[in-house]
Amino acid sequence: MIEISGLSKTFGSGANAFTALDNINVEIRQNEFFTLLGPSGCGKTTLLRSIAGFVDPTSGSLTIEGQDVLPLPPYARPVNTVFQNYALFPHMTVAQNIGFGLEMQDRPKAEIKQVVGEMLELVQMTAMADRMTSQISGGQQQRVALARALAPRPKVLLLDEPLSALDFKLRKEMQIELKRLQSETGITFVFVTHDQEEALTMSDRIAVMSSGRILQIGGPKDIYDHPAERFVADFIGDTNFLEATLQSVAGEVATVTLPSGKTVAARAVQGGSQSGAVTLAVRPEHAVLTRESGLLDGVLENIVYFGTDTHYHVTLDGGSAFVVRKQNQPNTGEGFETGDRVGVSFEAGVGQVLRD
Amino acid sequence: MAKSRAFDVRRQTGFVPVALLCFLVLYLPIILLVVYSFNKGESIAIWEGFSWQWYVKAWQNEKVQDATILSLIIATSASLIATSAAVMAALATTRTKGFRGYTFVFALINQPLMIPEIVTAVALLIFFAIIKVATGYTGLMYLIIAHSAFCIPFAYMPIRARLQGMDLNLEQAGADLYGTPWRVFRRVTLPQLWPGVLAGSMLAFVISLDDVVITEFVKSAGQDTLPTYMLGQMRRVITPEVNAISTALLAISVALVIAFYLLSKGGPQKNRE
Repeated sequence: MIEISGLSKTFGSGANAFTALDNINVEIRQNEFFTLLGPSGCGKTTLLRSIAGFVDPTSGSLTIEGQDVLPLPPYARPVNTVFQNYALFPHMTVAQNIGFGLEMQDRPKAEIKQVVGEMLELVQMTAMADRMTSQISGGQQQRVALARALAPRPKVLLLDEPLSALDFKLRKEMQIELKRLQSETGITFVFVTHDQEEALTMSDRIAVMSSGRILQIGGPKDIYDHPAERFVADFIGDTNFLEATLQSVAGEVATVTLPSGKTVAARAVQGGSQSGAVTLAVRPEHAVLTRESGLLDGVLENIVYFGTDTHYHVTLDGGSAFVVRKQNQPNTGEGFETGDRVGVSFEAGVGQVLRD
Repeated sequence: MAKSRAFDVRRQTGFVPVALLCFLVLYLPIILLVVYSFNKGESIAIWEGFSWQWYVKAWQNEKVQDATILSLIIATSASLIATSAAVMAALATTRTKGFRGYTFVFALINQPLMIPEIVTAVALLIFFAIIKVATGYTGLMYLIIAHSAFCIPFAYMPIRARLQGMDLNLEQAGADLYGTPWRVFRRVTLPQLWPGVLAGSMLAFVISLDDVVITEFVKSAGQDTLPTYMLGQMRRVITPEVNAISTALLAISVALVIAFYLLSKGGPQKNRE
């Protein structure tokens, strides 16, 4: 569907040059909810704007359904954008806003009217059709912006942090709404966000970006459970990092020796080293706390209660910190207390070896 | 018991009388001018009773008629030309990102505001004299060009202010929704800009209508605008006819200001971010 290869963008030149995109290679599939996830300044918006045509890449290629779109201006590309601040036209009504793209394509009046009606229904804004955009709420503006971008039936819908301006409850609603719209319209969505939870709940696949590069592409579970790099593990969710020694790699299974001297099977990383010092990532909820000695041993430093779960902060016998997260059950009485000697264990294959 | 008044930082003693004095000095002469335009007698200082006669006289005076028509032609043309140029200038100075020499270009556009008018007038006189000798053309275009030139900054200011407050994303959204640059300008930029364009063109119109110095220098024989005609009259006998013409000009200006206020207030342009 969208094929991007070797795409780079450098702003400025000489000493002031800033590389916003560094050799981006990605293929976005038909009818996919694809998310670009990363902190601000990682290049995700620049990549989105390159697809829309507002940024002219320095090098590389970008095709949509086999068509090279880089020479095309934004108005000739089969993509529409939902802007971060919606960018609704303030001098037009809701219906006029939604019909703008069709109007610019010189579609017949009757068709515009019909499509606008369908779109209003799709985003449940029929009653507001003749309101000015300044007379509707933020959530409603969001829906109009979506309808406006969807009305011309683009091949790809680009969404630039469209939910960031909404409050928490509305954001949750719109997340579900967006998924519904995507499956109902069958349009490929490319979604930009810095919110890892948003990315995990909505996406079919996620590309994690940092400093203009894509670090990892995969499904939400894949990215969460098997981060390939320290940045990915750190940016998405909470992670414990252990300095370990890689003994051997056989396919996907890596055998590592932990600081405690014990050996455990972990998941190998593609393109990583075959032996030597590595970093092992273990999610706090994938580890368990025991009274007897475990894979790792230490002293329980702190217990933090979160309602749904409890975080146990352990200082391991080498000095490093480790957090175990346990979901709270009614009437549990493990009775761990700060200062207790505890063991920390996790199953074979749970730890993830990270690429350096 | 003294009236207790809560301390208010916005309140400064003595401001009210000063303000009143300023208004008095500003408006009392204008009120007197209007009053004496209805004088029955020939004096502009001794009241002799009410009459419309000076308005009738001015209306029937062929020279006043010619000057009025010329003034309107020049002001309308200059306002149109200056506003078009100002829109382009405003787009160029706000849409492009801080290019080298930006401040210089900004100063160039606003040159008429900074250079003494008399200097511009003399320069235009000499410049046009050269062209006149070379081409033999002595028509109205000199005045229209001169007026357009000095009206540009007045039209430019409100348009630029409007553009600066405009969301650049709107035009990107237009382009994203298949609008070619010209259609986006027509359907998105211009409607947003309209109050500024209107304000700019009206300001340019009034400034042109009012100009004496440059017109006096540039005009050819027989090309009198209302202000230069009035100036010519003052050199001879001053009758309340001048008051009547001035009052009519004042009425036009006030009407324009009111029209602009109503236009910018109502209509679908009403948008608050």
